[in-house]
Amino acid sequence: MKRVYMDHVAGMPIDPRVVEAMMPYFSVVYGNPSSIHSFGQEARGALEDSRRRVAELVGAAKKDEVVFTSGGTESNNLAIKGVAYRNKDKGNHIVTTTIEHMSVLNTCKYLGRQGFKITYVPVDTYGTVDVHDIESQITDDTILVSVIYANGEIGTIEPIKQIGEIAHDKKAYFHVDAVAAAGQVPINVNEEHIDLISLSSNDLYGPKGVGALYIKEGTRIEPVLHGGGQERGLRSGTENLPSIVGMGKAAEIANAEMKTEGERQSRLRARFIKDMLDSIPYSFLNGHPTKRLPNNVSVRFSFIEGESLILSLDMEGVAASTGSACTAKTLEPSHVLRAIGLKHEEAHGSLLFTLGRQSTDEDVDYVLRVLPAIVKRLRAMSPLTPKELM
Amino acid sequence: MTMYSEKVMEHFRNPRNMGEIPDADGVGTVGNPVCGDMMTIYIKVKDNKLADVKFKTFGCGAAVATSSMITELAKGKTLEEALKITRADVAESLGGLPPVKMHCSNLAADGLHEAIQDYLKKKEAKEAAG
Repeated sequence: MKRVYMDHVAGMPIDPRVVEAMMPYFSVVYGNPSSIHSFGQEARGALEDSRRRVAELVGAAKKDEVVFTSGGTESNNLAIKGVAYRNKDKGNHIVTTTIEHMSVLNTCKYLGRQGFKITYVPVDTYGTVDVHDIESQITDDTILVSVIYANGEIGTIEPIKQIGEIAHDKKAYFHVDAVAAAGQVPINVNEEHIDLISLSSNDLYGPKGVGALYIKEGTRIEPVLHGGGQERGLRSGTENLPSIVGMGKAAEIANAEMKTEGERQSRLRARFIKDMLDSIPYSFLNGHPTKRLPNNVSVRFSFIEGESLILSLDMEGVAASTGSACTAKTLEPSHVLRAIGLKHEEAHGSLLFTLGRQSTDEDVDYVLRVLPAIVKRLRAMSPLTPKELM
Repeated sequence: MTMYSEKVMEHFRNPRNMGEIPDADGVGTVGNPVCGDMMTIYIKVKDNKLADVKFKTFGCGAAVATSSMITELAKGKTLEEALKITRADVAESLGGLPPVKMHCSNLAADGLHEAIQDYLKKKEAKEAAG
């Protein structure tokens, strides 16, 4: 059976060039970067080289502004808790949005229990944050504004540069969760007024379990992990060198291929969305029609439920995901789909395809061939389907 | 490989007795699209026995499989026997369900009981009128 992987938001394959770059760092170059002998210094060289590559991906002026972490979740925790704890003498207010990743929302919720005040700014039906809504929520007590670059569930790209300008006008730090966006769209931390940016290696076709946080020089931040003082004291623990080298290589490849690959995926995406909405009645696009990540195809179908769609697609060899509660741990549908104003039953019928470097026209054709029959079959089964659709 | 037993997947792939009974003697609807699971069970009663049972379901794999399974378990049973079929019986007949699905999606037994109550209520009303 043909197998089509369109769940890159959940996990990406590691680029073979990345795997190759990592190989020497398991058993050939194994010294500790903190050691001063040549074994250690070889490792240090690779570590700093990787740091430079990650810095270049986001347009950072200095490589030392990049701190390696264990992934996007840790980067978001470090950025938000780190800024909050270090700057609480200045204020206790954080402004964020309703469509952040759980690692931002739950960190903010935690800080809320610690006495910080959190404002969650809503979004419009496309999932776009209104710059003026952010502005109107910032007070003299605001120490941090945290906004996602683009949400991976709906793909909508936020007006980051304008929000950054406002945050800086109001003397608040600006953190951006760019886990889903980095490597897909060009990012420049200086032009976009970003003080902290969270990155994940796996979302760049690098290994899982490693990420980075860009911290602009001069940003006041407290570490979350205390220990031996690695990563300028901001992230103690011996560096995970093979994975960091992998992330560095992945960042370098993403930087070099972003333009051509982004254009290719955007074309595939546009055709995929158009043909799907044309061929299936009562189907709708989630997120912004044009300001969206090149790989994101988020749709919903009335009268049916997402887990049934996923199981049915899986039976045809196609991997996708859904915001339906039926696949969640919480029994609540995706907070992102709820935040763009979808009713529970609409969110349950959502389907998310995320393209990748390996996705082809044939893959899209295949999904377009099997999906209408699946939707039809599930609708025939559903008591909600109107008679004229049967 | 799925999170579900092979039996659940088999019922999901080939649901038994899917559809409506236009002249049903009893209809039971349980669940709610808001929660992600909703099912309607239709019954046809003859000589105090379930002559036919059909279902329509909006929901996850477990919701579809339990609906399909209840029609198999209930068909041919007397009303009294059918009322004794529990959620646990349905889950067991399917080789078990993931823990998170035991409450939200395992509604089929409730749906069947609703349909039987609906039939009994209608019958009572008819006898009172008759």
